[in-house]
Amino acid sequence: MSGEPLLRVEDLRVAFGTEDGTVHAVDGISYDVAPGATLGIVGESGSGKTVSSLTTMGLTRAQGAQISGRILFEGRDLLALEEGEMRAIRGNEIAMIFQDPLSSLHPLFRVGNQLVEAVRAHNSTTKAAAHARAVELLGLVGIPDPARRAQEYPHEFSGGMRQRAMIAMALANEPKLLIADEPTTALDVTVQAQILALLERLQSELGMAIVIITHDLGVVAEMADEIAVMYAGRIVELAEASLIFTAPQHPYTWGLLRSIPTLTGPREEELVPIPGTPPSLINRPSGCHFHPRCAYSQPEHAEVDPLLQDVPGEPGHRVACLLEVAERRRIWSALQASKAAAEARG
Amino acid sequence: MSTTEPLLEVRDLVKHFPITRGIVFQRKTGAVKAVDGVNLQVAKGETLGIVGETGCGKSTTAKLMMRLLEASSGEVRFQGEDITHLRGARLKAVRREMQMIFQDPYSSLNPRKTVGSIISEPFAIHGLEKDRTQRKRRVQELLETVGMNPEHYNRYPHEFSGGQRQRIGVARALALNPSLLIADEPVSALDVSIQAQVLNLLRDLQRRLGLTLVFIAHDLSVVRHMCDRVAVMYLGKIVEIGPNEALYSTPSHPYTGALLAAVPVADPSAPKHKRELLSGDVPSPANPPSACRFHTRCPKAQELCSREEPILTAHGGGTLAACHFPLSREELSGIGVRSAP
Repeated sequence: MSGEPLLRVEDLRVAFGTEDGTVHAVDGISYDVAPGATLGIVGESGSGKTVSSLTTMGLTRAQGAQISGRILFEGRDLLALEEGEMRAIRGNEIAMIFQDPLSSLHPLFRVGNQLVEAVRAHNSTTKAAAHARAVELLGLVGIPDPARRAQEYPHEFSGGMRQRAMIAMALANEPKLLIADEPTTALDVTVQAQILALLERLQSELGMAIVIITHDLGVVAEMADEIAVMYAGRIVELAEASLIFTAPQHPYTWGLLRSIPTLTGPREEELVPIPGTPPSLINRPSGCHFHPRCAYSQPEHAEVDPLLQDVPGEPGHRVACLLEVAERRRIWSALQASKAAAEARG
Repeated sequence: MSTTEPLLEVRDLVKHFPITRGIVFQRKTGAVKAVDGVNLQVAKGETLGIVGETGCGKSTTAKLMMRLLEASSGEVRFQGEDITHLRGARLKAVRREMQMIFQDPYSSLNPRKTVGSIISEPFAIHGLEKDRTQRKRRVQELLETVGMNPEHYNRYPHEFSGGQRQRIGVARALALNPSLLIADEPVSALDVSIQAQVLNLLRDLQRRLGLTLVFIAHDLSVVRHMCDRVAVMYLGKIVEIGPNEALYSTPSHPYTGALLAAVPVADPSAPKHKRELLSGDVPSPANPPSACRFHTRCPKAQELCSREEPILTAHGGGTLAACHFPLSREELSGIGVRSAP
């Protein structure tokens, strides 16, 4: 990546104290997002993907979280800002949309008024001008008859329309960075296709960067330029999107790719689940956090903590795995060969 | 279809939920037409998939099959017998043969009961395995069947992860040796790496025990992986039904085509095509469009579609589709559906 990144996260750690012990939700992650680029963060529940983004928005501060590391947005460390300064950035330069659009909208206020509030939070415009802007925004995100729709309440909107309204609200101040946390998980597949197409169109029109958080590998394959795979609070693999699918290097990424059924490919092929369950973030496994579920783990993997390191010969591809690079390449091509053989049979 | 009697058959099944106004003087002002004339046959030993978007009536159909809801009209036949209006002991006898697995493994297990008593509850209801040690042994066998540790007999649901809980739900459904299993979105609440575990378990059990499975899901890839035949529902009706391979390679109904095109593909090198084929949302089932219910969103709709309702007919792709203007081969490749050679 060339030039100054828009967002640079450096060794971010977020932990929460609970009655049962300390939850290490995010455990030393680093990534960059270039202006106008899309980063996809993939992981299962409890992998820390949401907490890391909430922290970027400054939304974990009030919850007694222990935060360390740096989050540089245009060179400014967001973690060092006062709450008031953070408020000037949040919703203005960085905006966020959430998974469940129904619980993110206030049920007792008209959708238009909620948009007016978002507009006026950062601009001293008149109510009338803000309202005109709200209607314009609803039109921008593809809501038909926006002037009338602005007068309606969230319950009168369908799921897809609510998510469009949330996106309109996030765009109110033309942010440079949009964080989308599972934006389509609650939606049906045809509506999901509409929302993803909308995000892509808005990105090209407004030139904002997007961080899209999801558990769906299909969604990141469509949207992202670069993908970070998270497991138990850490990034285990970070690479350009196509590399994650064609030449992945981490056993967890292999596991994810092999455990999802696809619309193409041989149907009789058995899915290969990842054995076991994701670990508790209070008592994490020692060494490589993935070693208890990893088919290739060695005894010493329970002792040594892997670092996220560059893959030789593949710029921008970083993997946290204790296996040798040559060994990882060998295993992946063997897995591919057995898949190709199954395809030839099927 | 097959010459042998289907295990389960539904004929012209209809379920309308009344919409009422007023509290003291309640009057009916309309009806949500959740299921509106569904015909299905499930052969012994096969897996039938039902796919569709929220509100298409797939779960209501499952509940009607299980007799958890009373049908407004139409009939449900199980092993050749009309079970639509069975009551009491005879209904109970039929229920032994059909069991259900639910979507949410967190709310479908009683948190205050041990795993052992959850799985042995079907025995208690049907007065089976009265001997305590015998019952315990049977429960432990069931735990082993679904790949869990039999020692976990005395634990509570909260001690297990989502995938393990779903296994407990499967063990409970298998307790009475049913011939039919209805799984309503059994993996949609689970993490990706766990989904495959439960899917493999269901497939393995089906092969081993010769179960007949009705598999309901919104995820087209999961249904493709699991099912022999697939029915696509839209607003309370089946719009297309056929063998798995035919439905996914040469769908005839534009709605099936749009659904398949909308699924994001986990392969950035795949040729890009337009995924957003349908605009707007599914209309309300309380006031569905006239004639073909899909005509308001259909890219191919013509005047005929709002006048005359299409019936399920063969269009050459190997499936039955309810459409006046089925998709052509060129249109299929245009939306990126991998057409059969």
